Amino acid sequence: MTNRKTVEVWVGIFVAAGVFALGVLAFRVGNLTTTDVENGYRVEARFENVGSLKVRSAITLAGVRVGRVAAIRSDPDTYQAVVVLNIDGRYKNLPTDTSASILTSGLLGEQYIELEPGGAEEYLKEGSRIKLTQSAMVLEKLVGRLLTTFIDKPADNGKKK
Amino acid sequence: MKMFQVTGAAVLNTIERLGRAALFLYEILGNSWTLVRRFYLVIQQVFAVGVFTLPIVLVSGLFVGMVLGLQGYNTLVKFGSAQSLGLLVALSLLRELGPVVTALLFAGRAGSALTAEIGLMKATEQLAGMEMMAVNPVMRVIAPRFLAGVISMPLLAAMFSAIGVLGGNLVGVGLLGVDSGAFWSQMQDGVDFREDVMNGVIKSVVFGVVVTWIAVFEGYDAVPNSEGVSRATNHTVVYSSLAVLGLDFIMTALMLGDV
Repeated sequence: MTNRKTVEVWVGIFVAAGVFALGVLAFRVGNLTTTDVENGYRVEARFENVGSLKVRSAITLAGVRVGRVAAIRSDPDTYQAVVVLNIDGRYKNLPTDTSASILTSGLLGEQYIELEPGGAEEYLKEGSRIKLTQSAMVLEKLVGRLLTTFIDKPADNGKKK
Repeated sequence: MKMFQVTGAAVLNTIERLGRAALFLYEILGNSWTLVRRFYLVIQQVFAVGVFTLPIVLVSGLFVGMVLGLQGYNTLVKFGSAQSLGLLVALSLLRELGPVVTALLFAGRAGSALTAEIGLMKATEQLAGMEMMAVNPVMRVIAPRFLAGVISMPLLAAMFSAIGVLGGNLVGVGLLGVDSGAFWSQMQDGVDFREDVMNGVIKSVVFGVVVTWIAVFEGYDAVPNSEGVSRATNHTVVYSSLAVLGLDFIMTALMLGDV
């Protein structure tokens, strides 16, 4: 039998290596460091169509992530989608006429919400509503619209060329 | 008539055995708290069960990660998205391959050894001898081994996944020329701590319990002769592999269920 000290040293190394590996997975491989929205405040935005936006999708301001989508539900009265945005407490000075639009990263990438600040004097606070919104672009609808314009005005297109 | 009797006996036997296994688990857990005072018994078993399984887990993890890198690259490059290689490697390892392959290796390397050891102790009447000396063999022999297995499994699985990601990085970035920044940033963007890392840890804890439970039960319940011990060892590997793969499907279905 190996003596007690050797056993303890090896087990110590083993456990430390295991915990270290878990730490690597959490911080290097995963996104534990960036997931949390600190002291967030929640604002609401209504969209005609949220596309494939999901809970925990990113909210960006000038391309920088400032929060995450906290909840998405449907409003039975207006048939609109209500998206609750959880915005980091550090970005408290967003004007009340900030607009929110659902964009897609890359051609087939994930959808996210981009905020564009307006010029109002007052700032958004917990529970306020973003009034200016732009819905997600749904590819099928876009293609459909494109096709109808082509079918409606074939002559026009020919003349221009 | 004979046929029915055989089937009936087999079914009853299986149910009885499952019942005994459940009672045995209950007894192990009931005896575990006494080990707080004699924790060295557990440490000794972590050494035997965990540390000796480490080399095989590390080597397999590295190669599994490297193969994932190669295979993933060849598929992804067709869609022009080779940058997602890091994400593919990390997610496959964390969600599935890490816990499952580690559990299979653990069953083959440590589980079979546990069964053989306990079965042989029973065959040579060491367990009966302990009882004669008023030492509870479940507390002294079985519970430390069980706890050691449950402790070692998640640590081994984490190391498997970590070194697998490293292997994927080695092949993807080093050999195939995927951009290093894209490899890591896509990975960090797509891997969620709770959804992916923690679910993998939960899986490996469950596999640890199941594999070690099967191993110690098969050993304790073995027919006490050389043939019985060899059959018990065989059963441990077969049953725990099947249990791991079956449970993996169920747990994956549950974890992905509410997305």
